[in-house]
Amino acid sequence: MYAQMVKSESADDSAEAKAFQERIDAGEKIEPKDWMPAGYRKTLIRQIGQHAHSEIVGQLPEGNWITRAPTLERKAILLAKVQDEAGHGLYLYCAAETLGVSRDELTEMLLDGRMKYSSIFNYPTLTWADMGAVGWLVDGAAIMNQVPLQRTSFGPYSRAMIRICKEESFHQRQGYDIMMKMAAGTPEQKAMAQNALNRFWYPSLMMFGPSDKDSIHSTQSMAWKIKMNTNDELRQKFVDQTVPQAEYLGLTVPDETLKWNEEKGGYDFAEPDWDEFFEVIKGNGPCNTERLAARNKAWDDGKWVRDGLLAHAEKRAIKKVAAE
Amino acid sequence: MAQVDQAQLFEFLCRMGDNTLVLGHRVSEWCGLAPVLEEDIALANTALDLIGQTQMWLGLAGEVEGKGRSADDLAMLRDVWDFRNVLLVEQPNGDFGQTMMRQFLFDAWHLAVLTALAESSNDRIAAIAAKAVKEVQYHVERSGDTVIGLGDGTSESHQRMQKALNLLWPYVGEMFVTDAVDDAMAKAGIAPDLATLRAAFDTHVGGILTEATLTIPDGKFTHKGGKTGFQHSEHLGHMLTQMQWLQRAYPGATW
Ligand SMILES: [Fe+2]
Ligand SMILES: [Fe+2]
Ligand SMILES: [Fe+2]
Repeated sequence: MYAQMVKSESADDSAEAKAFQERIDAGEKIEPKDWMPAGYRKTLIRQIGQHAHSEIVGQLPEGNWITRAPTLERKAILLAKVQDEAGHGLYLYCAAETLGVSRDELTEMLLDGRMKYSSIFNYPTLTWADMGAVGWLVDGAAIMNQVPLQRTSFGPYSRAMIRICKEESFHQRQGYDIMMKMAAGTPEQKAMAQNALNRFWYPSLMMFGPSDKDSIHSTQSMAWKIKMNTNDELRQKFVDQTVPQAEYLGLTVPDETLKWNEEKGGYDFAEPDWDEFFEVIKGNGPCNTERLAARNKAWDDGKWVRDGLLAHAEKRAIKKVAAE
Repeated sequence: MAQVDQAQLFEFLCRMGDNTLVLGHRVSEWCGLAPVLEEDIALANTALDLIGQTQMWLGLAGEVEGKGRSADDLAMLRDVWDFRNVLLVEQPNGDFGQTMMRQFLFDAWHLAVLTALAESSNDRIAAIAAKAVKEVQYHVERSGDTVIGLGDGTSESHQRMQKALNLLWPYVGEMFVTDAVDDAMAKAGIAPDLATLRAAFDTHVGGILTEATLTIPDGKFTHKGGKTGFQHSEHLGHMLTQMQWLQRAYPGATW
């Protein structure tokens, strides 16, 4: 899940707000020009913005391996995947812009730390198997959240999700494909695959955020249909889907308590270390500093380019007017 | 098809494939770090096209060589002195302007060569070129527009682009220097005589640079040695330590 712990604003009880809620309950899509409660708008900007930032920062851990990909084909697939993530960022910033906030404003808020991105991208990618684990687990967890969001109430967000989901399943497959090759490879490759699973398992479970079954914020977001399931529901679904995949690979999920529970029809599993999660959110994850520094550097280094291209476009426009 | 020495044909194909391999790699180094999101996407596009072309050129090179080497073997398991790319493409990215200037100078040459290669007497080469030329038409349009936009942008962007041009212009000549391999290819109708492409290149590039308000530096000096493999720059070796690392560290593994 790329939007974690998004604080929801509360609804007001005006007549408009009630009519608005009725539209949502009836399954209607809300479009940018429609009336909407200020809280709905604010919450959506936070959520879509955080999601967009996650796509952008998410380029970095995988970008870390593009220049070391083992074959030309793997390099092309990984590059295409990371390119998709940039595209996802673009769709989402566009969706956010329909709510009255510009991409540059959102970017500034990411860069100075006012807005967050998903905790998962603050973990390092240390071996090639991590490219497998990220696709398999991280994109896999993202899909869990994004598939239901295709039905979200806000039209532009829903449409962005539909486009994004088409590409995410390819991402997950290419990740799993890397894992299959590694797990069936040399002893070193298999060890690399297990090592990647060991490091990415709990951070992937954290992606869904802490339990929110008692959270007022989540209840409001769910009423507005900008959150479709509780964090625990999605986490359970993810574990149930992923454990058999790990077994198929011949890898061991690093959780000794993991056990099928016949009664609930799902696995019992250990919670991740939520103290670690809150540290990562606060900026103390293994790569927070590097990730933000990399984005800041790209933005600062790129200033002269953005300014230059803008200045040129203005010169052109003036020349065009003069010629008319 | 005209008869041609297979070792020379192999050499020629490595030159084509190594140019795209090395430049594709350089461009891919930008991943996630471009000045705007649209450029991240566009740079990745260019890199992807170049990697795809590499697979075709080096794949064919391996077939012609007949020793069972795949495109990946050629890319990942040769050392510096076996690479046949021109020095221009192995030059470091520098700032975004330097990257785009390098791209434009190469794209303009690449387009001219591929256009001619699409008429090659060798059907396999003609087919690869016909596919690649469509991609490169787009590359040169984009890199040319960017050179214009930044050259004729702010005074800072202008200065940076002029600096990039001054730095990279001495690498242009190598793309047109011919040797026995080129002569043999030209004679067999496989590839164009590179010297005949220079005038059109100068017109094309000169036009864009003028619009960009940039000045081509004086002097005819040209760095050479990449295309023949005699003497690469120090940069290439460092690139290979990254690009080839996994294949070298875990020989024989499949990925
Ligand atoms: Fe994505
Ligand atoms: Fe993603
Ligand atoms: Fe993805």
